[in-house]
Amino acid sequence: MPQSPQGEDCKKLAAFLDSSIDSSGRNESALIKTLYEAQRIFGYLPKEAVFLISERLNVAVSKVYGVISFYSFFTTKPKGRYQVKVCLGTACFVRGAEKIARELESRLGIKLGETSLDRKFSLESLRCVGACGLAPVTLVNGKGYGRLEVKDIGPMLEQYTDGKS
Amino acid sequence: MVTLAINGKSVEAPENATILDAARELDIHIPTLCHLDLHSLKMLNKAATCRVCMVEVAGRRALAPACSTPVAPGMEVKTHSPRVIRARRGVVELILSNHPKSCLTCPKNTQCELQSLAAELSITDITYTGKMSSHKADKSSPALVRDMNKCVLCRRCETMCNEVQTVNALSAVNRGFRTTVGTAFAVPLAETTCVSCGQCVAVCPTAALSEVNNIPSLWKLLGDTEKFTVVQTAPAVRAALGEAFGLPPGRAVTGKLVSALRLLGFDRVFDTNFAADLTIMEEAAEFLDRVKNGGRLPILTSCCPGWVKFFEHQFSDLLDVPSTCKSPQHMFGVIAKTYLAEKLGINPKKMAVVSVMPCLAKKYEAGRPELTVNGLPEVDLVVTTRELVRIIRDAGINFNSLPDGEYDAPLGASTGAADIFGISGGVLEAALRTSYEWLTGATLEKVDFEALRGFAGIKEASVAIGEMRVKVAVASGLGNARKLLESVRSGESAYHAIEIMACPGGCIDGGGQPYHHGDVKVLEKRMQALLSEDQGKKLRKAHENPFIKSLYADFLGEHNSRLAHKLLHTGYVKRQKM
Repeated sequence: MPQSPQGEDCKKLAAFLDSSIDSSGRNESALIKTLYEAQRIFGYLPKEAVFLISERLNVAVSKVYGVISFYSFFTTKPKGRYQVKVCLGTACFVRGAEKIARELESRLGIKLGETSLDRKFSLESLRCVGACGLAPVTLVNGKGYGRLEVKDIGPMLEQYTDGKS
Repeated sequence: MVTLAINGKSVEAPENATILDAARELDIHIPTLCHLDLHSLKMLNKAATCRVCMVEVAGRRALAPACSTPVAPGMEVKTHSPRVIRARRGVVELILSNHPKSCLTCPKNTQCELQSLAAELSITDITYTGKMSSHKADKSSPALVRDMNKCVLCRRCETMCNEVQTVNALSAVNRGFRTTVGTAFAVPLAETTCVSCGQCVAVCPTAALSEVNNIPSLWKLLGDTEKFTVVQTAPAVRAALGEAFGLPPGRAVTGKLVSALRLLGFDRVFDTNFAADLTIMEEAAEFLDRVKNGGRLPILTSCCPGWVKFFEHQFSDLLDVPSTCKSPQHMFGVIAKTYLAEKLGINPKKMAVVSVMPCLAKKYEAGRPELTVNGLPEVDLVVTTRELVRIIRDAGINFNSLPDGEYDAPLGASTGAADIFGISGGVLEAALRTSYEWLTGATLEKVDFEALRGFAGIKEASVAIGEMRVKVAVASGLGNARKLLESVRSGESAYHAIEIMACPGGCIDGGGQPYHHGDVKVLEKRMQALLSEDQGKKLRKAHENPFIKSLYADFLGEHNSRLAHKLLHTGYVKRQKM
């Protein structure tokens, strides 16, 4: 397994908890906000983060996990450094997003919802980013690529091969 | 008070009452499934998830769940209109459409609340066909099995585990059709903070949660002619076993229990009560030693394996607080495989110790690696009261016509102090009877400590022992235990001794007892049964047990002697908090 900077991330989460909890009261109502922030920091919700949140918010860890499993936005599976999200919304779909998704799958060697073994890429689908005029659209770590054709995918991914984002 | 009409009959109900409460006042039965109100144990499951109790309320478009709809002035309710009956059947059929129809081979057969409900509504056909859940059963725990295919999502186990016990091992996870009750990160139950108290099993309406079945192993053992089989029975078993054979709750069936075990073929029938008396010797001696020599106070009782595992997880910074005494189950096992084996001239390797317990955590405890004697398990097999019922039926024994038998000597003799080990407050009461006499040298005339009895979650008392005022507290239910332990941790606790039992009310309400199906009066009667057993005994102080005296004189030496320490005491381990 590649080294992950998890210790640093835990510190960031602890700092967030310090700054946010006491003002809003240590209770369940801060849970979703905190999980959102933790997932922003870690890219996913690792056990350490969930345990820390459970302890600091005084919400049972089983309950916290219940909430995580309820919302499809939250994930306990590690994500890649580059999160590739292909839009399969109506406009993108009619303009060939399906082909784009298949091309991404074959080039990255993973299926939608999966993360590559080296944790470099993860691939997900989403429904509409509000840029239908640019359909079909794909996001890589939040950066948008529009009017994509299958031949564009290779060059797009090449920008993310040297470890820079 | 609010006046409303149910099925045309007028009824008055308190303002915070539900339609279900008001209907009960009128003796109108509204079927329920998820609802469970154990008021004296402070457990209320009001999830309103099953929708079986739907009723018609005049002026409302939709049907309302009676269990969670508050009464209102002038409300007109119909509990069994054609519309309600149709909807209720539909709801139950939908639940059944995703429930395995394997009742004949289900461990809950004849005890299942869903089965009774289907019978009550005369359901003979299920209109709906659809997808079935397919979860793998979790058999990782040494005490209980989770088969989520049989779960009806009533959430009782969740309420019990999180709100009453504060163990927090279970929660509803996922959503929609994939919703299930599971552990955090879907790890096997054995890897969680579950303490095997079995209270989830006690309230589960179906067989989604059940005990690990040791009946086949017991039959195998009883058929093994090489083995010398020794059985011990916990105090709470005698207070509840009769219920399963149709005897009125609260009738102790000690004599019949002994006769049944003898008929099953055990070589010796003994009593965990003997070991309870022994526990008092060691625990009272340890307590007095801590008092006299400035040791750690308060002392916490350590008889309850669910409680022991709970503090190992939740209060691992306080591992020096509990008594080091093993539980009576294990004091018995170790004495059987040393003292008794020697006395009877039997190779301990050929001896099998079987326990009949009201408890699921005892199954877990028997497998704790440190609880061994000369490389042998102290207790070989644990069966619950419920399993014993099935074994007695298997054997074709007519329980109710059995004569009263007598326990064998020497490990069958006990005082009244041991009987009350099965109820919340009893261990401490028994310890006080002995500590008083040991500390003052005087006879304790009034042996009853009423303040420590009953179902209150936390009880406290201050007892004059000679010049000293001993402050004691008792908690049952792990949520209550947590409160007391937090006061110990913060240093606010001024108690000298604290007794904890994991199950609300004590072992009489253990996770392995016959199902009470929500009727808490049954538990009160079991408590009364053990108090009567105690009152009926000539000897009511543990140290007066003549066989205990000779055990020390012939074998152990002094209380807390080196040998006693080696055999009867143990240590605790730090466990993860989540």
